[in-house]
Amino acid sequence: MKRIVLGLMAATAMSFSAYADPAIIYDLGGKFDKSFNEAAYNGAEKFKEETGTAYREFEIQNDAQREQALRKFAQDGDTPIVVTGFSFAPAIEKVAAEFPDTQFAIIDMVVDAPNVQSVVFKEQEGSYLVGIMAAEASETGTVGFVGGMSIPLISRFACGYVGGVKAANPDATVIENFTGDTPAAWNDPVKGGEITKAQIAQGADVVYHAAGGTGVGVLQAAADAGKLGIGVDSNQNGLQPGKVLTSMMKRVDVAVYNAFKAGADGAFEPGIQVLGLAEGGVDYAMDEHNADLVSDEMKAKVEDAKAKIINGEIEVHDFMSDNSCPY
Amino acid sequence: MDYFSTIILVLDSTVRLSVPLLFASLAGLYSERSGVFDIGLEGKMLAGAFAGGAAAAVVGSAWIGLAAAVAISIFFALVHGFASITHRGNQIVSGVAINFIAAGSTIILGQAWFRQGGRTPALPSDGSRFTEIKLPFADTVRDVPVFGPIYSELISGHSILVYLAFLTVPFTWWVLFRTRFGLRLRAVGENPAAVDTAGISVTWLRYRAVILAGVLCGFAGAYLSVAQNAGFVKDMTAGKGFIALAALIFAKWRPVNVMLACLLFGFLDAVAIRFSGIRIPAVGEVPPQFMQALPYILTVVLLAGFIGKAIPPKAGGQPYVKER
Repeated sequence: MKRIVLGLMAATAMSFSAYADPAIIYDLGGKFDKSFNEAAYNGAEKFKEETGTAYREFEIQNDAQREQALRKFAQDGDTPIVVTGFSFAPAIEKVAAEFPDTQFAIIDMVVDAPNVQSVVFKEQEGSYLVGIMAAEASETGTVGFVGGMSIPLISRFACGYVGGVKAANPDATVIENFTGDTPAAWNDPVKGGEITKAQIAQGADVVYHAAGGTGVGVLQAAADAGKLGIGVDSNQNGLQPGKVLTSMMKRVDVAVYNAFKAGADGAFEPGIQVLGLAEGGVDYAMDEHNADLVSDEMKAKVEDAKAKIINGEIEVHDFMSDNSCPY
Repeated sequence: MDYFSTIILVLDSTVRLSVPLLFASLAGLYSERSGVFDIGLEGKMLAGAFAGGAAAAVVGSAWIGLAAAVAISIFFALVHGFASITHRGNQIVSGVAINFIAAGSTIILGQAWFRQGGRTPALPSDGSRFTEIKLPFADTVRDVPVFGPIYSELISGHSILVYLAFLTVPFTWWVLFRTRFGLRLRAVGENPAAVDTAGISVTWLRYRAVILAGVLCGFAGAYLSVAQNAGFVKDMTAGKGFIALAALIFAKWRPVNVMLACLLFGFLDAVAIRFSGIRIPAVGEVPPQFMQALPYILTVVLLAGFIGKAIPPKAGGQPYVKER
């Protein structure tokens, strides 16, 4: 099977290699994961629709394929090559050094190399906004946070969220839990559900997750108990319609689209790009599934905070800047 | 939040978490008591979870999901039986193969059929999932001190598979120790030659044992994807099959002990979830890593110091050869 796939890849590579197409490699989980990778896919599709330029893609099935796929695309002359997810960092460091003329972009991680663009998001700003909404929607004054793997990146979500909750209701309590310390914590919906049930038992009535596939269980448990969940990365409002208050969207699609577009226009710039509220890189999701849950008053408060963050009046603390949370 | 209700909630969570272990462990009990080691509990459970989630999503019925889970799990059990009973292959190798096949094929089929990264679609609560059932009078006695919360929280409000799991324990005990089939099953695991001399087919007995294991693994899988969670997620068994195997050894292949061992593992898991990141007076915040490691530490300590020697069925792992 694998041999056939690689054979096909080689065959297509030979016929297209002269065109230097943009390419994208999705992380484990696949491009239809209703979350991170799917957002990246949407961005790539948008580029294809607008420019008519085809792009190449690959979904890795295991960790060993990260480097293989990168090297394969680079050898075929594809550029820019976009990878989604921080787990690609070691592979891209290695391959980028071997192909100095190829442009690479990595999302969610900073890789310091002359031909790599690193796109990171100000997750704390989006989390701050959903924190305000959580505090406004909560009747008990207690809200929950379920993180995936216990790493600083996820603490950044947690810290921004706590900041938002406390800004809207200084007396509110936030219960924070992480699912685990290994990558398996991204894919354990049963445990996510149990943690959510425990938080609800402690009084939480709005639970925000930043836990990838584990979050499916979090939103499920919250909905089953008649409480509210908050989604992450993509717009997850539709997963449990009417039971998801909002979603903290990371516009991975925008990042992929921009990288592809810049590559096509010859305007690709290596270095670090930080996408926050001001750049449209993070936002909260509104659609028909949560329209009834969000009151006008709540919306006004969030929009106010959003404007203040954009003009610099409110500065949301970044956990990763000093590994501590002041809220 | 007073101590009593915290304890009730932790025990409630314990019950939910120990059910898949209990089903899988009892599955292993039947198989291993007959002399067929079954390291493929994990794989059968995973395949069952996938089949259950997929069938329930397509048909919209939890019972059809359960039937599909049991069917596919029996199929894998028969493959194990065919390799290790009929062809006298190595039982460990066959079990490991089942684990690999289940882990790979569920993702590939899930991706091919549903295009959601190996997941099955989320199941709605109306009929396509086993939802919590309220026992009679659960609401009326809720306010009675002590007994009220125990009945309404701990005993009532679980899915039907939970009650089934705990009923399977006395049933298994009865089958093993009070029926002719059980006597023969135990005998074939200790001394198959004696059973054969008595004119009973060793092969057929062992096949029946692995089929029973398949049925119970199917229940475990269906519980994961159709009751506890709403849909299948790749690798969702997350090593539960191996923990079940550990519980089986821990319990020295006895049904009631198996239940206690599974409850212990479930309890440790529940404690780790409930108390991670909580401040304990005089100690400060317990690192979550410690809480998560606690089940494993306790397992090692208990196995090393308190349980004593666990002796498996004598003919376990050896294919039966009629003539030498």
